[in-house]
Amino acid sequence: MSNLRSLTFDAIIIGGGGSGLRAALELAKSGKKTAVLSKVFPTRSHTVSAQGGITCAIASDDPNDDWRWHMYDTVKGGDYIADQDAAEYMCSEGPKAVFELEHMGLPFSRLDNGRIYQRPFGGQSKNFGEGGQAARTCAAADRTGHALLHTLYQNNLKNNTVFLNEWYAVDLVKNASGDVVGCIAMCIETGEVVHVKSKATVLATGGAGRIYASTTNALINTGDGIGMALRAGFPMQDMEMWQFHPTGIYGAGTLVTEGCRGEGGYLINKDGERFMERYAPNAKDLAGRDVVARSMVMEILEGRGCGEKGDHVFLKLDHLGEEVLGKRLPGIVELSKTFAHIDPAKDPIPVVPTCHYMMGGIPTNIHGQAITMDENGNDHIVNGLFACGEAACVSVHGANRLGGNSLLDLVVFGRAAGMFIEGALNEGIEYLDASESDIETAMKRITRWNESEGGESIPELKAELQEIMQTSFGVFREEKNMLEGVDKLALLRERISNAYLPDKSNAFNTARVEALELDNLMEVAEATAIAALERKESRGAHSRYDYPDRDDVNWLKHSLFFPATKELKKRDVNFKPKTMDTFEPKVRTY
Amino acid sequence: MSNLQVSVYRYNPETDSAPYMQEFQVDTKGRDVMVLDVLHMMKEQDSGLAFRRSCREGVCGSDGMNMNGKNGLACITPLSDVVKNNKLTLRPLPGLPVIRDMVVDMGLFYKQYERIQPYLQNDTPAPAIERLQSPEERDKLDGLYECILCACCSTSCPSFWWNPEKFVGPAGLLQSYRFLADSRDTATSERLSNLEDPFSVFRCRGIMNCVAVCPKGLNPTRAIGKIREMLLADAT
Amino acid sequence: MVTNITSFGRSGLSDWLMQRVSAVILALYTVFIVAFLLFNPNLDYYAWSGLFSQTWMRIFSLLAFIAIAAHAWIGLWTVTTDYLKSTRLRVGAQAVIILGIFVYLVWGIQILWGA
Repeated sequence: MSNLRSLTFDAIIIGGGGSGLRAALELAKSGKKTAVLSKVFPTRSHTVSAQGGITCAIASDDPNDDWRWHMYDTVKGGDYIADQDAAEYMCSEGPKAVFELEHMGLPFSRLDNGRIYQRPFGGQSKNFGEGGQAARTCAAADRTGHALLHTLYQNNLKNNTVFLNEWYAVDLVKNASGDVVGCIAMCIETGEVVHVKSKATVLATGGAGRIYASTTNALINTGDGIGMALRAGFPMQDMEMWQFHPTGIYGAGTLVTEGCRGEGGYLINKDGERFMERYAPNAKDLAGRDVVARSMVMEILEGRGCGEKGDHVFLKLDHLGEEVLGKRLPGIVELSKTFAHIDPAKDPIPVVPTCHYMMGGIPTNIHGQAITMDENGNDHIVNGLFACGEAACVSVHGANRLGGNSLLDLVVFGRAAGMFIEGALNEGIEYLDASESDIETAMKRITRWNESEGGESIPELKAELQEIMQTSFGVFREEKNMLEGVDKLALLRERISNAYLPDKSNAFNTARVEALELDNLMEVAEATAIAALERKESRGAHSRYDYPDRDDVNWLKHSLFFPATKELKKRDVNFKPKTMDTFEPKVRTY
Repeated sequence: MSNLQVSVYRYNPETDSAPYMQEFQVDTKGRDVMVLDVLHMMKEQDSGLAFRRSCREGVCGSDGMNMNGKNGLACITPLSDVVKNNKLTLRPLPGLPVIRDMVVDMGLFYKQYERIQPYLQNDTPAPAIERLQSPEERDKLDGLYECILCACCSTSCPSFWWNPEKFVGPAGLLQSYRFLADSRDTATSERLSNLEDPFSVFRCRGIMNCVAVCPKGLNPTRAIGKIREMLLADAT
Repeated sequence: MVTNITSFGRSGLSDWLMQRVSAVILALYTVFIVAFLLFNPNLDYYAWSGLFSQTWMRIFSLLAFIAIAAHAWIGLWTVTTDYLKSTRLRVGAQAVIILGIFVYLVWGIQILWGA
């Protein structure tokens, strides 16, 4: 392995989406030798697809808005397993991070007084749930993610960040003490594999919605960072918590922003009834996403679904008028015409709950440091490893993320990780170098694919995996079905480890990338399946027929999946915000 | 319904001395799928077929390519929009070096984007909150900031084909105007002085191929006209 | 900023403006000549010569000649920079064009003001 070329950086950021670019910006400004390694050109990352906005109490729409109200909504939305110190940090630091984005040039929509436009989103309230619906989501029309990602990329250009674009991170490299000291990465264009040495390795690899057959996620969302961390032996937190977005376009899976309902749109069943009035009398269509998604599935199961098969519902927008649609939701009009073949100014959009977001991920503290837990339940920092964005589980989203909180999570915790790493580098970081055998361990997987001589095809195995997850781990779950799913996944893991990569060429070999991605999908799927099976309650996005109630006695906890033993342990939720009283768990209604 | 006949540009630098067109038969089951779906079906037949893709909904700009002679995004182009006589010809974006199959080297395209300093510049101290901007001032950015850098426009522009090192190209110029038009940007005169040479802007001949192909419905030609107006106003 | 030394005004803006101004001059000149011909159906040498013996017509014509020269140089320079990628070939072609335009200008002035 000594023939492997090595690249050395102070910090390597794996992933060029919102959180990775925000962390990189902080480090580039500090003058540290930093590189962003991304499997796609950064503006092709999935952050670009975020539509509705970034939720933050900047007190623009309502001058009296308070970040504590936002924090309350976030904790309640997360069904009380969001860490309250982390939610406190995100909501209080948020305005600073959003104003920074504006100063960088993000083209936010505006109010008449020149301040940033904010729209109502689901689960938002004033005065700790007592003051009615809030409008707290800062928006650039319905292209906020696009505007945000491009702004961050542009500012990284301004600050001369080093980019390794179209490079694929294969696996983490650990030294003899178990510290993460870099990764193995492949240049997709040339096929060259290198050893990237780094004092800080940041996994900003985003989500893994592609474990499901139907998802709003980009084709690149294959959980690469999660896969890498699991193979390196690190635990994953709350992996059973997958958000199903209420409004994915039926058949295509593409997202229709919650902002549609924020602007006044609502869901109807086949009788034309605004059914959310029954399920959430106060918030109606702007209840938490888990609540709306479940209500939709109930409507469909009870025979009030729309279409020939009665397997979806409609999102009605025509009453908003062409002007509002053109001004506030232009992207939605485009997407509806392209993927649903309808004009939302005239007809309702057929929608169905669609896998959207991974609340779980690599457990971290608010500085982005990855955490593991020992036998006695004590947290330990993993030296050298950081995570931020969707790949991380800080946890601010708990069991269900609120709309608009993901973009805030990206910038707040990307920024926090960058700041912390800068400080740590200034103080000096020294880890043992990786040995030849450490590097060889990290090379095992790519070597396996390169030497494969026959076996099953990668696209077929991927399709099977997605079908298993869709069938057994969807909006509603129950023991028998999940047990079957877990068994099937175990068999599938075996088959994937014997699958075949027919194309061994080096120049822009996308088949090899897809093979490596399949391994990661498998890791994420397994962690999800086992965590879902073991969490015997219903909370947030995790809904079980066999355990329909929330169980605060046993499960007011994070779940922690350990890959070596495939065991699920419990980890304490933080209930100690630094500057205010704890939000005690209450029955969650909207 | 017979199978769709697809003819695809193939080139693998490791094995092919020259590019060639390969014929595929694709069974779309009579559905009007997107061109990207067809590419995936072909990749199942031949895993070596290389193309870029990410969001599959027309916002990331990965899968710009030339479909039956016209540039566009494969993921939001239904077959019914491009297929003639049951035949589809797919080629990489014209004018850029091909790395493999449908994958082009976009280095020159990105270099021109970087040249226009695509970031807000403001030399006044930032306020504690956001910089204020009226809705009317913000409206000027509509039709500009939405660019997804797919390169469909620049690679359909003969001026960019002939002078990719010197002519910024429609995509870069659209972004240039996005910052010139931003009420918060204070670097107007520096931006303009970087553009007044005979190539950067003035190589545009106004043939409007860029407008015809832009998958986001943007109008780079109009933005270039506005830059010319600003240059004129600044220099006379 | 792309530097260049062979363009007309060394600036894209001045070239662009010159191209348009010269085009307007040429359009006016063309309209005038066409109108003159139409209004003088039985045109003979004396009328034609008489027109060109007037100072204002000579100045107008000189302006048009210079406009043609500038317009041609800017246009052809652009064509050479578009299509001729070999520096040697391009500079050679540009030299020939400059020479041609120079000869045309001198010849034109000679006709207008000479003898």
